[in-house]
Formats: sequence, structure tokens, C-alpha cells
Amino acid sequence: MHSHSRFLDLYVILTVILVAAGCQTTATSAPNATAAPATAVSNATAAPTAAVAPVTIHILTQDQAGMKPAEIDQIARDFEALNPGIKVSMEYVGYDAIHDKIVTAMAANPPGYDASMIDVIWPDEFIKAGYLLDVTNRITPEMKTGIFPASWNGVTRGGKVYGMPWLMDVKYFMYNKDILAKAGIANPPATWEELVTQAKTIKDKSLVEFPINWSWNQKEGVVCDFTALLFGNGGAFLDASGKPIFNNDKGVQVLTWMKQTIDEGISNPSAVSSDEGAVEASFLAGKAAFAVNWMNQYADSNNPASSQIVGNAAFAPMPVFAAGAAAGIKSASVDGSSSFAIMATSPYKDQVWKFLVYLTSNEIQMKFSAEMLPIWQNDFSGALLTELEGKTPTNPVTVPAFLAQFPYANERPTVPYYNEGSAALQLAIQEALTGVKSPKDALDAAAAKWVELAG
Amino acid sequence: MRWRKILPKLLLTLCTLPILFFIFFPVLWLFSTSLSNQVELYAVPPHWIPQHPVLRNYLEIINPALATTAVPRTFAVALWNSFKISSIVTIVCLVIGSMAAYALVRISFGFNQVIRVGVMAVRMVPEVSLIIPLYVIASSLQLINKPIVLIITYMSFALPYAIWLLAAYFQSVPIELEEAARLDGCSRIGILFRIVMPISVPGLVSTAMFVFLLSWDEFFYALIFTSTLAAKTAPVAIAEFIGRYNININGMMAGGVLVAIPPVLLALVFQRYIVSGMTVGAVKG
Amino acid sequence: MKLRLNLRQKDIGIAWLLVIPSLLVILGVTLWPIIYTFFLSFYNVQAGLNAVRTFVGLDNYLTMIKDQVFWETIGRTAYFTGVSVSLEIVLGLAVAQLITSKPWGWQFLRFALIIPWAVPTIVNGAMWRWIYSSDFGALNGLLYQLGLIRHYIPWLSNPNYAMNLVIVADVWHMMPFVALVMQAALAGLSPELEEAAAVDGANAWQRFWLIRLPLLRPALLVALVARTVDAFRVFDIVYIITAGGPAFRTATITYLTYLTTFAYGKQGLGAALSFLISAFILVMAFIYIRILYRPEEI
Repeated sequence: MHSHSRFLDLYVILTVILVAAGCQTTATSAPNATAAPATAVSNATAAPTAAVAPVTIHILTQDQAGMKPAEIDQIARDFEALNPGIKVSMEYVGYDAIHDKIVTAMAANPPGYDASMIDVIWPDEFIKAGYLLDVTNRITPEMKTGIFPASWNGVTRGGKVYGMPWLMDVKYFMYNKDILAKAGIANPPATWEELVTQAKTIKDKSLVEFPINWSWNQKEGVVCDFTALLFGNGGAFLDASGKPIFNNDKGVQVLTWMKQTIDEGISNPSAVSSDEGAVEASFLAGKAAFAVNWMNQYADSNNPASSQIVGNAAFAPMPVFAAGAAAGIKSASVDGSSSFAIMATSPYKDQVWKFLVYLTSNEIQMKFSAEMLPIWQNDFSGALLTELEGKTPTNPVTVPAFLAQFPYANERPTVPYYNEGSAALQLAIQEALTGVKSPKDALDAAAAKWVELAG
Repeated sequence: MRWRKILPKLLLTLCTLPILFFIFFPVLWLFSTSLSNQVELYAVPPHWIPQHPVLRNYLEIINPALATTAVPRTFAVALWNSFKISSIVTIVCLVIGSMAAYALVRISFGFNQVIRVGVMAVRMVPEVSLIIPLYVIASSLQLINKPIVLIITYMSFALPYAIWLLAAYFQSVPIELEEAARLDGCSRIGILFRIVMPISVPGLVSTAMFVFLLSWDEFFYALIFTSTLAAKTAPVAIAEFIGRYNININGMMAGGVLVAIPPVLLALVFQRYIVSGMTVGAVKG
Repeated sequence: MKLRLNLRQKDIGIAWLLVIPSLLVILGVTLWPIIYTFFLSFYNVQAGLNAVRTFVGLDNYLTMIKDQVFWETIGRTAYFTGVSVSLEIVLGLAVAQLITSKPWGWQFLRFALIIPWAVPTIVNGAMWRWIYSSDFGALNGLLYQLGLIRHYIPWLSNPNYAMNLVIVADVWHMMPFVALVMQAALAGLSPELEEAAAVDGANAWQRFWLIRLPLLRPALLVALVARTVDAFRVFDIVYIITAGGPAFRTATITYLTYLTTFAYGKQGLGAALSFLISAFILVMAFIYIRILYRPEEI
């Protein structure tokens, strides 16, 4: 009997909840309705008369790569001084949060941000969702020709431009000169096969336990490394018709190789749970002879406060597989650039554009080039190159390394379902690396998922 | 004879050692890491006690001018935001929660059970799924990036919890006292504030503790709803030590120690109340 | 007329007055979002501005129920919940027993238990992630120095270990809570029954199982349910320690919901997922209500 009354209680509760919520829906939508016209009015007034009523633009970016927040804040203050009608509110968050914040912010109108940093893998998803403003007509010929074409590719889809290039990064191959010298190795490896041979020598001499470390944990880092390896083997993600081919022989060879290097103790087995930070930590501790990582690892390796290998890190072009080399591939890496895009529903498009142009201008990029290299081509030749190389003690090394590696940056697939596809690929790679599935089966399953997502 | 008494006690005491080790090993390692410099951090095998202890990780947080990166520079602000937000949530929950809890357990108005069980039921939906609708509301009210948005959204889990605990506690207050007060002409509100609440101080304190800890702990709402220093909380700042390219482990651990200190201190100071609050919750739940 | 209101009616008015502030808050910040999400769960939502929302009825639910990944994830979440909650209850009870038998330093032990419980979840996650670090972590360092391992082990790279390691982190954090609840409940028991049983010849083991444990049942159930509801929705600790890896082996159901809603942009599917989670929890909570709820107390 009692249990019956409890069922009844629950039923009553649910009914009350539903009824009460029904009332609540109308109650909460009221402020919504009043808020909308209010902003519409402010849009209408703010846009043409920017100089009269200052507007505040909100810009989302990360606090971990590229210029430091203090530098960007400085740029924003300088911009405000030049443009009294515009206030810039920079919002710095962790990289991992940016994508989710954009998705959430765009659920509201006007959106929470007027512009945001966009990673190179997001534009397709965001363009499909209609989040990014088409800025094709705002691009001047000087911008078009002045900025690296590769940077434009990152923000251009179907001939339309959806943002301003901001940061060019690519994964680099670095090695520890000291360890290689002790092992009697004269030159860093040009192929991955050569890397294995060198690693075995290093291992045999007990110089380090695991000669190379990678960021193969279940995040985007593993796809970045896979991209570099895949293209270095003459492989590709998709064929001309957009069908996944990363599970063909070339892809399977790459994944088999990755697994094999772990089994042989050449790659650190912790790679499966390491991100870029862990890779840098083992390289800087002198526990890895080689590392594949982003540019910042180099400057960190020369900082005595964090590094035990000061002066020993060096760049080499990202190796390729022997098969790739035979096919004429000199080097293969992965593009990790980012841009700034304007949110399509921002009420302050013109003001934001003005700021982005200022932020990415050659003068500003040159002035603040200590933390990131400019996107402007003419900074890399003549007097400007000399100036750039003089900016920091590491620039004389990193600038040539950049010029040598960036032409070989490969793109990850530009598809709107990239995040979910990447997750499937991360899963497949990790399943193979942990021995749960064979490389072939794992990649086939991921490819099937890509087909499903595309359909 | 003496040994027969001492031996079991000794054995029992020995049993406490692995437990104490399990409790203290992680926190002591956390503390040790927070005092290490970057190089010693990566010593193999680890230096359990840093050979060259540094306070830099703390100083960077305490004195932002010293910080070389953004996260420690802004950490103190995040701590202060966390403190403000958690305190306000706690106070509001105690005031309106005790009103509701009292009515639920002492005045039969027909919906007591429904509301009481309903209050518990809303705790079962994962917060991940409420974020987007909450964001839409908050944004239409222009609340994003303001501490108030977290204060309000934290109510979604803190208030039901407070009501549940307080209701359990008020039930344990002898009803005779109230009846006597009513005969003396005290109003319901008067009874609540003059009789029930003063007797229930242990319950109020323990509820306050639980609510404060829940709010202090919250991560996901804070991650999505705030990005400026105006409202960023300490757990979000902790997560930001994990950068895209590298992790500032000792900075993160120093931050972790600082974030853990206020709740640990509060809990230790009010230990008596927490345990009594737990008992009431456990017996009367 | 107003003067003629009798006491009971006046009380009802006061009751509503007292309850309404809380009700408004709860309606606004939980029920309305719940309803919104509930409606979303019947739509195919294309993330985006010109989002076409198409009504798909129960399709989202059916998609999930038919999806192998969903059931694998539920299985993992059940494993996490089952193992961590039972460990917390068993260890918590054992620790509470130990404190009750008052060994030397029992006050210190009780004092120490507060610490893990008060450490914020994010700090807990970051701390354990660092303890498990393959190359520099304290776990490897400790085992190595004790001579238990000869090589550092990449703990979180192993699909068989990873979930159990997340469980250890959760047990460290929440076992003390259970222990404190149990200890408080034990302290509240009157010793007479057990003394009588001892006189009747019951040994310590029998006394524990036949007398003490039944008396602890309410406290045990509260701890059990409170922990189950929270453990089934575990998110923060997974987000920080493993991000679901390796090979998705630590991806719990809330983590999958998070990925579906935010990373994959499938808000309808994510909404359906969250209601499936709630349904699982509701079933568990219903069992709780059936066992614990005593109408006569209200």
C-alpha cells in the first residue's frame, strides 16, 4: 500500500513540476522580449555614431600562446587612444575552453563576444553554423599580398574570407645536440626510419630510456602528430571526393609504425597519456633525445629556470618516411595556426574589424614579435628580417627554423564535422597504440565514422 | 595484564598508519611540488623534500607584479571572486533556505511532501545539460561575466541541498518549545527567527559549510559563464594552468594549495558542526 | 473578512510566504532549464544561427539506445560508480569503526579525514594527474624507491588501469565523507543492545553484523545514495585527469554528454543523453525513496 502512495507522490511531483515550469516559461521570457528591442535600439544608434557613444567590444582569446595578455592589453589601450569611440575588452581563457565558449555564447543574441580567436580546425564548423562574418570585401590588396598565402588559406573557404590571420604555428622536430653527440651521431635524422636507428644507438648506450616523446594523448595533439607522420608517408586524410583514405596502406603503415616504436621502447610509452606539456617536460629534463612540439618549446629549453638542457636544443626539418622521401617529400608537418574572426551577429562589426586590422597590422606584429612571429611576408627579408632576428636571443634560431618548416605544414581536414571526426580518429589511434585493436581495424572504424558524419 | 590491554590498542593504532599515509601522501606531495622550482620538479626519482625550496610560485600569486605569465598574475583575483561568490550564495541559501525548510517541516500546507521530494529530484540532472538554457537566460538579462550569474546559477544545486539539510535539522528541534512560544503569542516568523534558528546553530553552521564548499568547488558553470577577471573563479584559474602548449605544474600546485586552504581551515574549525550536520542528515534524511 | 481568517489559513499563507522565495529560485534556475532541455531532446538541433530545428520525436533517445557507444559508456559509468561507491562505503565504515574503537591518536585521524574532503575537486584532479605522471610522478617514484617496480610505469596510458586510477582519486576525495558520516552515526548508537548481546554470548563479529549494521542502515543508505547520485554524474575529475582517454576508456556518461553537446554540436542528442542519465539516477533515487522515505516523519 505504501509503495502505491509513493508512486502517487512522484506522479504528483512531476505534474507540479510541469505545471509550475509552464508558468515559469512565460515569466522568464518576458525580460527576454524586453531585452531584445533594447539592444536593437543600441545597435541602430551605436553603429553610425560610434564617435558619440563609446561602444565596448568583447574579444575572446587564449592566454597561453602567442602574445602575452599584458602585450595584447597594451595594444588594446593604444588602439583606444587612437579610437576614442571604441573600448576593447579582452577576455583571456584557457585554450580548452574557447570552442565551448563560442558555441555557448552564440546561443545568445547579441553574442557574448564580438570576435574570437579561432583555431585552424574550427572555421568549417563555425561557418556552417553561420557564426563567422564574411569579411572578404574588407580585405585590402595590401593585406592580401602582404600576409603569407598559407595564413589566408586557414580563413578562406569557397573563395570567401572569414577572419584575419593572427598566429602561424607548426609542429617542429627538435633534438638534443648533447645526447646525439654522446651517441656519436653526426646529423639529426632525415627519415623516421633513420630516427629509429639513431634511437636504438642512443638506447643501447643508455643515454636515455625512451629517445622520443610525443603528444599522443586523447586530445587534438595526437591528430596533429598523426598528420605530420601521415603526410610524411605520402598519405592523406581525404581523397578528392572527400572520402576518407587515412585508413589506406599508407595510414596503416604510419599507425603500425607508431605502435611499433612504443613496443620497442623508442617512443616513450607515456606518450599515450602525454600532452604537449608533458613532451616538453621530458625534453627539457634531458630525458628525451628527440621531441615533436610547437615552437615555444625552443625558448623554454633555453630558460635555465625551467630547463636542464640549456643550449642543447636544436631544430631539424620534420623527418619523413623513406617511402615519402622516395616520392620526393622533403618534410611534412602540421599547421597549428589561428586567426581572429568576427561573430556574424555582433552589433559592432565595423569597430571590431578596425581593431582586428590594428591588432594584425605589420607594425604591431613587428613591435610585439618577441612571443610570436609576424604574419607579414616582408618581415622575413632585408632590414626587417635583421630587426626581427634582433628582437630576442632565440629569434636568430627560430626565424630560420620557421622559414624552413612552415612551407611543409599540412592541413587537417577542413570539414564541418571535424571535432567529431577528430574524436573518432583519436579513439582509433589510441586503440591501436594500446593494443585494443589492430591499426587496420581501428582506422577502418574511424573511416566508417567519417563516412557516416559526412553523410 | 597490562599487555592484554595495550596490545589491541597498539594493533589498532598500527591500523591507522596506512590510512594516515593514504590521506597525507597526496597532499604533502602537492605541497612539496608547490615549493619546487621547475628543474627540481622533474627530478627522477622525485625529491620528496625540495632541496632548493622556492616560494616563487606563491609570491607570483600573492604579488602579481612578480608573475611572468597571466595565470598566476590573475589568480589572487580569482580567489577573491570565489570567496565573494561562495559567501553570498551561502548567506542567501541560509536565509531563504531556512524559511522554506521551516515551512516544509512545521506547517502543513498541502504541498510539503511534494516540494520536499521535488527539491531533491532536481539534483539529479547533470549540470552539463542545463548550461545552454541558463546561458540564454543569463545573457538576455545581461548577466554574463558578472559574479551575479554564478551566484544565481549556483543556487540551482546549493539551495536544494541547503533546504534538504535544514529541513532534516529543524525536524530534530523539539516541537514543545515552539508550542510554548506560540501560547506566549509568538508569530510563526518570530518562532523561526527567535526560537528555531538559535537552537539550530549547529545545523545552520554545518549547512553553511556544505553550501560554501559546494560553491567553492564548482567548476563547469564558472568555466562557461565567465571569462573576465570580474567573475573568474579559482577552480577555473587552476584549470588554466594547463595551457595549450605546456603546463605550469608547480604554479598549479601552489594555486591548488591556496584554493584548498580556505575550505580545509573552515572545515577544521567547524569540524564539530560538520559531523553533527552529517549525523542529522544521515539519521533523518 | 481578513480578520476572520482562522489560524490554519493564516499559517498556510505564511507557509507559502516562507517557501516562495526558494521555489522561485529553484523554478528559475533548474526547472526552466530542465524543461527547455527536455523539449530540445525531441528535436534535431543543427548548431548554428539559422538552426533548423526539426521535430524528431523519440529519435534522439532511440539513436542513443541503439548506439553501442552509449551502452559502453553507461557500463563504464556504472563500473566507476559501483567500484568507487562500494570502496568508499566499505573503507569509510572500516575507518569509522577504527575511530570508534579509539586507538591512540583517534582524534587526529578524525581531524585528518576532513582534509581530503575539503580539497576542491579540481585541485584533487590536478593533484592526482601529477601523482600519476609517467615520467615524474610521485606514484612511480614511491614504488621505484620501495623496490616494487624496476621501470616507471605509464599509468594513464594503460586502458586497464586508467579508470581504476580515476577511482582511486575519487575514493581519496570522498571516502572521508562516508567515514565521518558513519563515525557520527556510530557515536549515536547506544551500547546497551550490544552489551546485552555480548552477555548472551554473541561474538564481536556477530554483534557487528546482527546489531550494529542494521542500526546503521539509515546512515549507510544516505551515504550510499548521496555518493551514487554524484558518482554517476562524475565529470570534473575525468575532464582534468584523463580527458576520457586512453581510447575513451575513462569517458563517463556525463563526459559523453559534454562532448556531444559542445564539441560535436549535437544539442538535441546531448539533451536526450542528459535525460537518460537523469532517468538512471531517478531509478536509483526511487529505490532510495522506497527504502528510506518515512511519511510519518513529516
